[in-house]
Amino acid sequence: MKFIELKNVNKTYSTGVTALADMSVVIDKGEFVFVIGHTASGKSTFIKMLYREEKPTKGSVVVGGVNVAKLRNGRVYKLRRKIGVVFQDFKLLPKLTVYENVAFALECLGMKEKEIRPKVMKAIEIVGLKEKVRSFPHQLSGGEQQRVCIARAIVNEPKLLICDEPTGNLDPETSKEIMKVIDSINKDLGTTVIMATHDKDIVNRMKKRVLLIEHGVLTGDYLKGSYKSHESV
Amino acid sequence: MKAFRIFFRSIRDAFKSVFRNFSLSMASILCATITLMVVAISLLIAGNVNSITKDLESELSIVVYLEESAKEDDISFLESKIKAIKGVEEVIYKSNEERELEMSEYSSSYATIFESYEDSPLLNTFIITVDDAEKLNSIAEEIKVMDNVESALYGENSVDTIVEAFSFIEKVTIIVVIALVFVTAFLITNTIKLAIYARRSEIEIMRLVGASNMAIKLPFVFEGFIIGILGSFIPIIIIIYGYIIIYEKMGGHIISNIVNLINPYNFVFDVGIIILLLGAIIGMFGSLNAVRKYLKI
Ligand SMILES: Nc1ncnc2c1ncn2[C@@H]1O[C@H](COP(=O)(O)OP(=O)(O)OP(=O)(O)O)[C@@H](O)[C@H]1O
Ligand SMILES: [Mg+2]
Repeated sequence: MKFIELKNVNKTYSTGVTALADMSVVIDKGEFVFVIGHTASGKSTFIKMLYREEKPTKGSVVVGGVNVAKLRNGRVYKLRRKIGVVFQDFKLLPKLTVYENVAFALECLGMKEKEIRPKVMKAIEIVGLKEKVRSFPHQLSGGEQQRVCIARAIVNEPKLLICDEPTGNLDPETSKEIMKVIDSINKDLGTTVIMATHDKDIVNRMKKRVLLIEHGVLTGDYLKGSYKSHESV
Repeated sequence: MKAFRIFFRSIRDAFKSVFRNFSLSMASILCATITLMVVAISLLIAGNVNSITKDLESELSIVVYLEESAKEDDISFLESKIKAIKGVEEVIYKSNEERELEMSEYSSSYATIFESYEDSPLLNTFIITVDDAEKLNSIAEEIKVMDNVESALYGENSVDTIVEAFSFIEKVTIIVVIALVFVTAFLITNTIKLAIYARRSEIEIMRLVGASNMAIKLPFVFEGFIIGILGSFIPIIIIIYGYIIIYEKMGGHIISNIVNLINPYNFVFDVGIIILLLGAIIGMFGSLNAVRKYLKI
């Protein structure tokens, strides 16, 4: 079932840089998709288009039946509630505990305290951080901090989890563990996952669908398992 | 229901983050304290300048000398005519006997002089006060040409310059106060901007997880409100006690007994309330303005 559809998307930044050119792609519900390419190829731009951090210059971006390109500024937050986002830099609030950081996402939405607690505990359990609920970010390792971010991204049970180089700051071992968490979210919860990465090992090992972007152009779309370690990445 | 929860949670979070970001809050509160102090003092001065000007102006009056031939009917007719002039506040009739008595009380030499006369050498008069000293001249001119009026006098030239000086001082103090309010708003807004700049990642995360713009703005607005209120406490306490002490030390007036200071009761509290409101409003709008910058999606 179609979940995301980009049609002839162009993105030219105000600086004149064209980051994406005539990109068309369809992603189904429940898929796990890697987005790879050299630095400055347009991976992050593609991702930002999905949660409407950037608007396409041309073309349409449909996410869950909504044309994101036409979404008014005042309604963007409704889209964001259906999408979880994880970044390379963790973007945790340093003065809040693990629990509070995750709960923050639901409090912003005006959810009841009673509803928040079980959801937060469940998300923290999924990422395997139950023992650290009262810790502050500076008391955690990089991998643990990234787990908190993932917990925050999935706490509202989004249909789509977007990750922009979530393992960018982590060592290979920790990266593996993070990927296990993300993979299980995809498998167990049925969440569609789109992840931009530079990490060849991860892409080669996990055998998922791969989108290759070169200079803003989608030059390869390898279906699940058909991607064989690409030299250029 | 949801809106209420967001509202109350915003208030709670505002209090929390004032303490969590203590050094930043402190900077904003101090800035508000200092600038509001200056505004408070300037308000006290402006209020007094205004009241002194009004006092002195009200001392200025037109004396209308009536012709000797004027009958009682003429006099009461004239009185009603003068009262009808726009800007005339009060018309007091003083007969020649009354004036004689006043002057005799003032100096016995007058009394001796008056005794040597059969009839009073003085004329009956109206003493007229006006609502605005600047109208003295035009009203005097208008009365001069009426029937039964011998002449209408006020200080003329010397008074004119005093009146001009007063209204100039009045205008200057008002402009200074308004300018200070703007400078205060600017300074407080900018310190809050810096404080919020340090917390832009918080705003970024709120946007990312799908908080509506209102839910993002509210805690910051309340925080600005709290900072404004806290910042106005010290100035308010200082001006209330300071002014009462100064007022009592000076016995309620400066220079001479006719130049009165405003009675502190109510006046200082009014100024205090103005400072409180100013702090709260500037704090709220300062924060709102600073957050808005990060909400352009
Ligand atoms: N906000 C922006 N304003 C102007 N140009 C931008 C902006 N964001 C990205 N670009 C440009 O668009 C191009 C694509 O950038 P993008 O961040 O999408 O690359 P990327 O594939 O994510 O790179 P990396 O692997 O280094 O993260 C680059 O040339 C970049 O300089
Ligand atoms: Mg990138």
